[in-house]
Amino acid sequence: MANPETSTDSSLLPDDDPSRRDVILIGAGAFAAIGGAAVLWPLLDQMNPDASTLSLSTTEVDIAPIEEGQAITVMWRGKPIFIRHRTAKEIDEAKEVKLDKLIDPLARNANLPEDAEATDANRAASDREPWLVMIGICTHLGCIPKGQAVGDYKGEYGGWFCPCHGSQYDTAGRVRVGPAPQNMYIPPYAFTSDTKIKIG
Amino acid sequence: MAHPSTYQPASGIGRWFDSRLPVPRVMHDQFMVFPTPRNLNYWWTFGGILSFMLAVQMATGVVLAMHFVPTPEGAFDSVEKIMRDVNWGWLLRYSHAVGASMFFLAVYIHTFRGLYYGSYKAPREVLWILGVLILLLMIATAFMGYSLVWGQMSFWAVTVITNLFSSLDALIPGLGTVLVEWIWGGFSVGGPTLNRLYALHYLFPFVIAGVVILHIWALHVPGNNNPTGVDVKTAKDTIPFHPYYTIKDGFALVVFLIVFAALLFYAPNFLGHPDNYVPANPLQTPPHIVPEWYFLPFYAILRAIPNKLFGVIGLIGSISILFFVPWLDTSRIRSTSYRPIYKWFFWLFVVTCIALGYLGSQAPDGWYLFFGRLCTAYYFGFFLLIMPIVGLIERPKRLPGSITQSVLGSEAPQRAVSSESAPEGVA
Repeated sequence: MANPETSTDSSLLPDDDPSRRDVILIGAGAFAAIGGAAVLWPLLDQMNPDASTLSLSTTEVDIAPIEEGQAITVMWRGKPIFIRHRTAKEIDEAKEVKLDKLIDPLARNANLPEDAEATDANRAASDREPWLVMIGICTHLGCIPKGQAVGDYKGEYGGWFCPCHGSQYDTAGRVRVGPAPQNMYIPPYAFTSDTKIKIG
Repeated sequence: MAHPSTYQPASGIGRWFDSRLPVPRVMHDQFMVFPTPRNLNYWWTFGGILSFMLAVQMATGVVLAMHFVPTPEGAFDSVEKIMRDVNWGWLLRYSHAVGASMFFLAVYIHTFRGLYYGSYKAPREVLWILGVLILLLMIATAFMGYSLVWGQMSFWAVTVITNLFSSLDALIPGLGTVLVEWIWGGFSVGGPTLNRLYALHYLFPFVIAGVVILHIWALHVPGNNNPTGVDVKTAKDTIPFHPYYTIKDGFALVVFLIVFAALLFYAPNFLGHPDNYVPANPLQTPPHIVPEWYFLPFYAILRAIPNKLFGVIGLIGSISILFFVPWLDTSRIRSTSYRPIYKWFFWLFVVTCIALGYLGSQAPDGWYLFFGRLCTAYYFGFFLLIMPIVGLIERPKRLPGSITQSVLGSEAPQRAVSSESAPEGVA
């Protein structure tokens, strides 16, 4: 005769009374699920950037040789960083743009609060208006926009033009023609002297 | 389809083994005497061709892996070393690269065959879903394999496609970035990315092989569909798989291999992009990033949609919508041959897919963008509007009374199909 206390046959149980077996079953299942999740985490987390990748976090750049109107590209964390010495005309063009004409109204400047507006002052280096330092990656799908070399097509707004899907950026690196959804990002950086920048 | 086993072990050892692990019995029942509709045409030979191509890709891939170096410094050079120094390396690598194209050519024909003849309809929905799953796994595997060459197109294809996940930032800020850096193993596509794509590229074909076994299993439960879509009714409607279809599949495979060999030996780079013979340069994007030909229709859909997140949803939706085809198609008739209205929409869909392929290779502006959007609209409209609506309003042509009758004509007695008692050959 089956013992209602130990049988797995629920029809033997009086009413819906939970048996000790139910407690063991649920408990064992819960422990197995938690244990499984704990084991899964190292298997997933190993794919995140490793210690050696994270340690490559700062780059120093000498900007003295960059003449007005020129731009250079340096590498930081495997990404291209655009450093542009803007002309007075380019600065004026960027300043004249009304914020409501922008696709992305945020400055995307890692050195400023997240909700800072995309004014030219919030995009350019602080107190060093001619200098624009940003991650040279189109915010659409990660291509490198054209516009760094003198002969490059720079788009209708005189900044950068992405050859992949036609996004255009102005002289403050703000997206003006899609499909890119955001302005090009500005990395954390600081002037360590008048001619040196530390990125990261 | 379920049928009593006719396997008779010929020897004592055969009987001993059969009572312990009846693999020969399964082979005999499922691949020798398996009752197969007598009217299958050459469009039905691509299943066998695909099995063969999977074997080709796995065999050539395993030996290529013995020479490939999965590092940003070593990958491109090791591929060139395979081409120049490794014994028969040029043959192995070209077979693998051209083989990928032939594999996709076959899988697309196979998929359109299933669409045309309604092979996704009851009772074959699971069979169809497993097939779509195989297609998705093939797409992932081919994408990862292409990245391993580490040329300019490889590098920028990986950059663009992995960046698709960053569109999730539009839903939950930061989620996309976290996900993309997890995929990259860094802050940009680099060594860790290449290494893991290599590991997964080696793994996925074995996963595909596993799903292929399930796919064939799911085929052998209801048995093959056939060009009429009419169910098998009597033993007269079927013939044993061997020798009839082993011969037919074998002949089709030989013809297919002639095309494969022609490309392989006379134009191995015809379907590739010359930019992928330029080593990857993270500081310079090529003027036009285009995927391999077999991804062009999906790439055209991605670019036809101006919003980043919706473009990605369109790209993923264009493939995953296939999962729902068994329920989107409301017609009770399987074979498009008996559907006078749907037939036109079907062939227009085929033309649209080819047109999207062409548009995917062109820069997305002007008329190209206009037609890209038009074709994208038809692509989704075909599944979401035409399939459900035409199935309801269309009056199908009269179906043959049986498979045998469709082959032999008057020999079998005529049986009329009226709309009231429709079940002959309907899903």
